[in-house]
Amino acid sequence: MKFAVIVFPGSNCDVDMYHAIKDELGEEVEYVWHDTENLDQYDGILLPGGFSYGDYLRTGAIARFSKVMQEVVKAANTGKPVLGVCNGFQILLESGLLPGAMRRNESLKFICRPTQLKVVNNETMFSSVYGDGERIQIPIAHGEGNYYCDEETLEKLKANNQIVFTYENNPNGSLENIAGIINEQGNVLGMMPHPERAVEKILGGADGLKLFQSIVKQWREANVVKA
Amino acid sequence: MSLKLEPSPEQIKLEKVYREMGLTDEEFASVEKILGRTPNYTETGLFSVMWSEHCSYKNSKPVLRKFPTKGERVLQGPGEGAGIVDIGDEQAVVFKIESHNHPSAIEPYQGAATGVGGIIRDVFSMGARPIALLNSLRFGELEPSARVRYLFKEVVAGIAGYGNCIGIPTVGGEVQFDPCYEGNPLVNAMCVGLIDHKDIKKGQAHGVGNTVMYVGAKTGRDGIHGATFASEELSEASDEKRPAVQVGDPFMEKLLIEACLELIHSDALVGIQDMGAAGLTSSSAEMASKAGSGIEMNLDLVPQRETGMTAYEMMLSESQERMLIVVKKGREQEIVELFSKYDLECVAIGTVTDDKMLRLVHKGEVVADVPADSLAEDAPVYHKPSIEPEYFREFQAMENDIPEVDDYNETLINLLKQSTIASKEWVYDQYDYMVRTNTVVAPGSDAAIVRIRGTEKALAMTTDCNSRYIYLDPETGGKIAVAEAARNIVASGGEPLAITDCLNFGNPEKPEIFWQFEKAVDGMSEACLKLNAPVIGGNVSLYNETNGTAIYPTPVVGMVGLVENLNHITTQAFKGAGDLIYVIGETKDEFGGSELQKLTYGRIFGKAPELDLELEAKIQKQVLAAIRAGFVASAHDIAEGGLGVAVAESLFGTKLGAQIEVSGNTTSALFSESQSRFLVSVKKEHQGKFESLVDAVLIGETTNTPNLEIYSNDKLVLEQEVVDLEGAWRGAIPCLLK
Repeated sequence: MKFAVIVFPGSNCDVDMYHAIKDELGEEVEYVWHDTENLDQYDGILLPGGFSYGDYLRTGAIARFSKVMQEVVKAANTGKPVLGVCNGFQILLESGLLPGAMRRNESLKFICRPTQLKVVNNETMFSSVYGDGERIQIPIAHGEGNYYCDEETLEKLKANNQIVFTYENNPNGSLENIAGIINEQGNVLGMMPHPERAVEKILGGADGLKLFQSIVKQWREANVVKA
Repeated sequence: MSLKLEPSPEQIKLEKVYREMGLTDEEFASVEKILGRTPNYTETGLFSVMWSEHCSYKNSKPVLRKFPTKGERVLQGPGEGAGIVDIGDEQAVVFKIESHNHPSAIEPYQGAATGVGGIIRDVFSMGARPIALLNSLRFGELEPSARVRYLFKEVVAGIAGYGNCIGIPTVGGEVQFDPCYEGNPLVNAMCVGLIDHKDIKKGQAHGVGNTVMYVGAKTGRDGIHGATFASEELSEASDEKRPAVQVGDPFMEKLLIEACLELIHSDALVGIQDMGAAGLTSSSAEMASKAGSGIEMNLDLVPQRETGMTAYEMMLSESQERMLIVVKKGREQEIVELFSKYDLECVAIGTVTDDKMLRLVHKGEVVADVPADSLAEDAPVYHKPSIEPEYFREFQAMENDIPEVDDYNETLINLLKQSTIASKEWVYDQYDYMVRTNTVVAPGSDAAIVRIRGTEKALAMTTDCNSRYIYLDPETGGKIAVAEAARNIVASGGEPLAITDCLNFGNPEKPEIFWQFEKAVDGMSEACLKLNAPVIGGNVSLYNETNGTAIYPTPVVGMVGLVENLNHITTQAFKGAGDLIYVIGETKDEFGGSELQKLTYGRIFGKAPELDLELEAKIQKQVLAAIRAGFVASAHDIAEGGLGVAVAESLFGTKLGAQIEVSGNTTSALFSESQSRFLVSVKKEHQGKFESLVDAVLIGETTNTPNLEIYSNDKLVLEQEVVDLEGAWRGAIPCLLK
């Protein structure tokens, strides 16, 4: 399986994502610059964390206008897995691939620390290797991770099982402890915690690896069987 | 902005305009002698900023020469953007620490942020990839001053704002609080980078006819005369200097890093230097001077953010995120294209000449024509008078005093709540310390550890300086600062490689202050030699005074060590129940400058703890050998608050308890701050082997019950649930900020 790590000016978790895929997951991965006009050769799209365009104006607000975002939307529409982490999640919200918005953390401060998450939906292409309700430890590092959406959207998220991860101890004020959500089609996941930072024991734990393994598992089942 | 007419050379001389810029009468006379004429306004500006203490080290140079700067592993000592040390496998580590004290006192967020930005540029301008940031901070007491709390919060936010955005992990550092820093906080930022030997670049303008190019942000009127501002005492009038504080743009710098690290692989690049203090002036003069060349620049070509800027303003601006590069003639276009990929401006503004002059042309006129060497190298050097202060003689004459302690439980709790000892989680929670996914030991242990991807090695890094000891006895305190940094590196499983220092002192024109400076450097130098950790660079920050009162002498030591194998990485936390707890090193009745003394009397006095460097080196060697042999489960430097605090800290976050037995004077055993001591824990099966390697005293065992019990001379003197100790320690700073 071949992944693309999209690099915007100001992305800074691109390297982490790249190494998680290449060194720990053991799959193919390439950096893809923000002005790229074709993502056809990639099987999975990863939007890494960071401060794209300095997060000036609003987090993710400028990045969504990058050339590559049209291609990301296209990839999402064709059913390819698209994962946005932290700033990547913010960009997915700004581009409308996922519903809702981010506010500043309740404390108004940047927070970097390991957090406990609950896998509330393990029937997605991003979480199938986790157990149902599994507790996992994944770090966060953000200033604007306080997820918000209107009531109607929340009802929809719940009804469709679109909430994938929740915080055990809400660090940022997110609505309903939401840490990660998926789109209705089930192929676009956005999450504030950084699974790519939790793929090695020496760095404090490898609970994030199963997320990437889930993506590969689904892809193998869909493609290798066909072949 | 209204147009102001610049004074003529005659006016500058007659009305002594140069004094406002920081030049003395003698210095102005010597500029006239160098030029053979009276300098014009722009030229006077160039000299005043380049001859400021901040740029020229004119007051500190004779003392700095005492530092040992050479070593087998040193590839680059002081003099370039940052020092470089070999770590094997054709790789090297690049690091430097720098102060941004005065800007942070006036505008804490931007002052701290641009301090971080500046030190990062020093490191990547050498061609290195910045891999970690640390910072050493000093503030007044958080209670009762609302101003101090504001400075503290904003400085931390500024460091976080810049470091998090640029994507370099802030992995460590220290924060201490003392009334002496109330009006003059210290903000020292350190950056560590990694480089392959073949990529090392220098800031030199070689090759007559080569092109001088300007890269990065446009030049504005911000930060004009920042370096001169940094070379004055702070006073009530300092608020008026707010325009001398620059504004940072970490996004711009992130792009600059990536572009410059691509640039260093181009054979078109000749030299590269950060436009830091004194901006365009220092970068051009120094690059020319170091190469024995001259530079001619056309200031009309300098990208400008504001209209109507004069030559003086452009040359003295300290706008951030700018670099000056020299590239081979004819290769300019490919460099422009390289930078345009990152949406960065790169403009040819001058050429390298052979006449050793820095010549500036603006609107068709030569507005400055001065020898580059005279700016960069010929600043006057002052040998300041030095006098042993009265207070020092008084302190030395005192007997060692053991503060009276009635209740050891209460005292330990109170010590853990002291803001200097208390958990700094409130601070580092705001720093992204994990980005780049190499941080193996996060903030909170003795040293931070960052692995080197693709190898079995890691780098241990720390900043240290207990300024109370240095105030009491600068020479001994200077030794302790270096020794403690080395102890932190060793406790983490590393071997000290070298240090960078940030020498924060008061006004050197006062002989008592200059004496502190000299003695501290003497002590540090001796420790560096003995512990094999040469000085590869750093920064001097003098004039740290508010309304005539100086800070404690605070020469912050930034040390980097090499962990040969990831298996050697050791932290301070106990690892399991039933492990044996040892103290290494002798405990004496030493409370001068200690946390207990401060807590008991509200002030410090007496002698600093003694330090025997021979013994220190021996103990460090033993501990490192035991760690490398795999016999040490945890290791912690015994520092502020003594053994009691060290044991408590080793318990936090572990769910374990400990039973400890000490002898002799209980207060000394628990709270003395004697030097050259470690607290280690050892698995029982390693007891024999560990004891054969290390001279250590067994004092107890870790337990499964999360309680701390301490017996002294067979009597239970302290019994606490760890959760209570930890609560006091964790809660102290958030509580003070509420």
